[in-house]
Amino acid sequence: MIDFDRVTVRYAESREPMLRDVRLHIPEGELCLVAGRTGAGKSTLLRAINGLVPHFTGGTLYGTVTVHGRDTRAHPPRDLADVVGVVGQDPLAGFVTDTVEEELAYGMEQLALPAPVMRKRVEETLDLLGIAELRDRPLRTLSGGQQQRVAIGAVLTSHPQVLVLDEPTSALDPTAAEDVLAAVTRLVHDLGVTVVVAEHRLERVVQYADRLLYLPGDGTVVDGPPDAVLAGIELAPPLIELGRVAGWTPLPLSVRDARRRAGDLRQRLADASPPPAAPVPDGVPALTARGVVVRYPGTVAVRGVDLDLHPGQVVALMGRNGSGKSSLLWAVQGSGPRQSGTVTVPGPDGDTDPKALPAAQARRRVGLVPQTPGDLLYLETVAAECAQADRESEVPDGTCRELLDHLTPGLPADRHPRDLSEGQRLALALAVQLTAAPPVVLLDEPTRGLDYRAKRQFATVVRRLAAQGRAVVVATHDVELVAILADRVVVIAQGEIVADGTAAEVMLASPAFAPQVAKVLAPQSWLTVDQVTTALTRTEVPR
Amino acid sequence: MTDRAVVDSGPPARVSAWSGVRSVRAGRLPRSLHPGAWWCWALGLATAASHTTNPLPLAMIVAAAALVVVRRRGDAPWALAFRMYLVLGAVIVAMRVLFRLVFGGGQGDHVLLHLPEIPLPAWAAGIRLFGPVAAEQLLGGFYDGLRLATMLICLGAANALANPKRLLKAVPGALYAVSTAVVVALSVAPQLVESVLRVRRARRLRGAAGHGLRALRGIAVPVLADALDRSLALAAAMDSRGYGRTAAVPAGQRALTGALVLAGLVGVCVGTYGLLDATVPGYLGLPMLVAGLATAVAGMLLAGRQVRRSRYRPDRWRLAELAVAGCGLATAAVMTMAGTVDPERLYPPVSPLTWPELTPLVVLAVLVAVAPAWLAPPAPTANPAPRPLPVPPAASGRTDHTSPRDTAQPEAHR
Repeated sequence: MIDFDRVTVRYAESREPMLRDVRLHIPEGELCLVAGRTGAGKSTLLRAINGLVPHFTGGTLYGTVTVHGRDTRAHPPRDLADVVGVVGQDPLAGFVTDTVEEELAYGMEQLALPAPVMRKRVEETLDLLGIAELRDRPLRTLSGGQQQRVAIGAVLTSHPQVLVLDEPTSALDPTAAEDVLAAVTRLVHDLGVTVVVAEHRLERVVQYADRLLYLPGDGTVVDGPPDAVLAGIELAPPLIELGRVAGWTPLPLSVRDARRRAGDLRQRLADASPPPAAPVPDGVPALTARGVVVRYPGTVAVRGVDLDLHPGQVVALMGRNGSGKSSLLWAVQGSGPRQSGTVTVPGPDGDTDPKALPAAQARRRVGLVPQTPGDLLYLETVAAECAQADRESEVPDGTCRELLDHLTPGLPADRHPRDLSEGQRLALALAVQLTAAPPVVLLDEPTRGLDYRAKRQFATVVRRLAAQGRAVVVATHDVELVAILADRVVVIAQGEIVADGTAAEVMLASPAFAPQVAKVLAPQSWLTVDQVTTALTRTEVPR
Repeated sequence: MTDRAVVDSGPPARVSAWSGVRSVRAGRLPRSLHPGAWWCWALGLATAASHTTNPLPLAMIVAAAALVVVRRRGDAPWALAFRMYLVLGAVIVAMRVLFRLVFGGGQGDHVLLHLPEIPLPAWAAGIRLFGPVAAEQLLGGFYDGLRLATMLICLGAANALANPKRLLKAVPGALYAVSTAVVVALSVAPQLVESVLRVRRARRLRGAAGHGLRALRGIAVPVLADALDRSLALAAAMDSRGYGRTAAVPAGQRALTGALVLAGLVGVCVGTYGLLDATVPGYLGLPMLVAGLATAVAGMLLAGRQVRRSRYRPDRWRLAELAVAGCGLATAAVMTMAGTVDPERLYPPVSPLTWPELTPLVVLAVLVAVAPAWLAPPAPTANPAPRPLPVPPAASGRTDHTSPRDTAQPEAHR
């Protein structure tokens, strides 16, 4: 179905080619997973399939890419629209019309299909993806998962042979991600569509994949069955790491596989117990919020939340998209709306409400890194941003740069912030906010778009912040990250706190929030591979 | 939005069988009318209103438009804007009367009240502020204002009844690119506003003040970068979904189309100039305008044939559409006729003061104008009851394994 013959892609501004001499053959009906670090060329590979590379992005492509017998050299993306359907990272950015039904029809209108056929396919697609009740809804009012399914539906109506998805679940909560992936696997199994999907969180997709393409970052592509490829790569989902620790071959790809083999591991771990949760700090809270209410026209985003943040504690704020996580963080910081309730932060001159302070003072009490860290950055170079941050916070020159070097060493000072990778940009925004030395740090969905390595680095940074005595809140969907990072988990739904406890308590109590290791080793209460590794070495060395 | 009854009536295969008899049988089912029909009707009413200053027919036209709007509008946001046009109309009338009061002129015998006149310097001779207020002068302002307000309210009625987005979809193929641009702009505008709000909020996080040139830069740079990223993503998405697939057009034909359109538009310009300026020879007037229009239309038709695309659920001109549009044209025609038969009745003199009167023809015109309240099919209500909007979460994606697959499979494998 898809053939890459000695494909090399080179962009004008870089010396190294993005893809080097790639040969691939993806047969019909496969679900092919593309993995690799940020900037390793995943998007380039995906975009080469329908000719966006090089027709749209520029650059030079050597070799040939053939899809369904059509050479992308002769067929620009619009002429491949009936064969390849592409869904981008942000579905909202790719929508052309404004209601669900019209969006589904748009692609077919371009292919000049007759009206009765269009009508029929729209109805089928609405049913196939379970979005029939959304047909008249404006696209902007849909939740992230719904938008992603509409975006998939909008390319499916053209009946493409190949579906290309670029990180379809990166912005979704676990349940919405399950919905989208269920829809995708159904397409593979029932309709025989060939699906190529790029994803950072391998643990979500790898069990469904027939083939894994791993891009190590030097322009080459490692191609093979998922378990074989995963055995050889450095960073992998927790399940695979657990399999390595336990010495299972072949490596398990799904929780089910692992659980069936985990009997002996559970036996070996029977005597050990997971490390106890960090003791609940009983000192003065770094921030106390009481009865916080945030209302927008027509909705109540946060309804009367009480929250105490203690120094040295990392709190994970979880909950589905739109449950009020961001609104709560913004209200607590003082920059967002807050209709009632109190927030108090102890300071050198007594307890204060950050909302009552001028913005420049408030950020010295509570620092917030928003969902799109790029919003904070507006200057041309990293050095300029750092200098500006020093000036804003009235600290000695070089403070911000020093913090940045602690977070990610060696960021070029003359680089434009928009040219940084997601992880580097997050580090820069975090350094800018930390320059004001706030005792409370709030992070809103920081790990969106981060690969395993960047995520691990981020976890280390956050632990270090907590060790310095800061109270840290991380709003996130990523259960695996929460498992390695958080002391305490707060689950919020419809603007109310529905669960609040130590990470182990909350995460083991609900299947939706349980990390893979916990699912495999239940009823034992292990959360992370590191815990298991430590326990194994401790129990087995004396023998 | 249209034809919900047809959708629900059976499996998709039946739809095509239905469409043949639809125009006859489905005429009365709730559906939204072709927006062009409503505009045609409303412009007819506005034309009729422009042919009279008699407050009786004007008020009747407003009443007719209001009745049709109330009976046949949907529940979309733009349908609720009609009230705003009524208010705007009232404001126009009030302003006209107020202006006559302030810059009186003082014609008329029936002086209602004496306001003190403000003396103006000699260079402002001819302008008078306040002074005696005559009934004739106020009435003249009222008539004038009412005519303008009626025309505006007629257009407001069209706005409330016709879906502006569907009007955009009904543009000829040659203008397709323009209409796409408008659609995209309409959906991008709220995103841009959102982006500005988000960045402004983020600026506060860095402790920056919300105003001044420096703040502007802090907001503009991320917003513009964001907009640029988004438009690139949109362009890529549109390209990969087949936007701009054109039939293979030989270069000669493309040049011919361009030349035709361009020549036509020049002709229209010259023609309009000729029509307005009495000193130029006659052949540069109307004939030139008509010739130019014809050339431009021919060019556009040719260009439209090069755009290879189809329309999803296009609005068709059926019986009801023709009837509604016809009512508008007939109203205008009858009113024009009434004006030639009996001009004094349509322009009642304010001096001497007379009671406005109606003629049978005027009443007939208004009756025709109000007919669409019954002739047009009722508008579909998008949400009969507030439906549970959020999707049922995991269940819909995974569990129902039978029905959707059965309908989708045969088509999918082709």
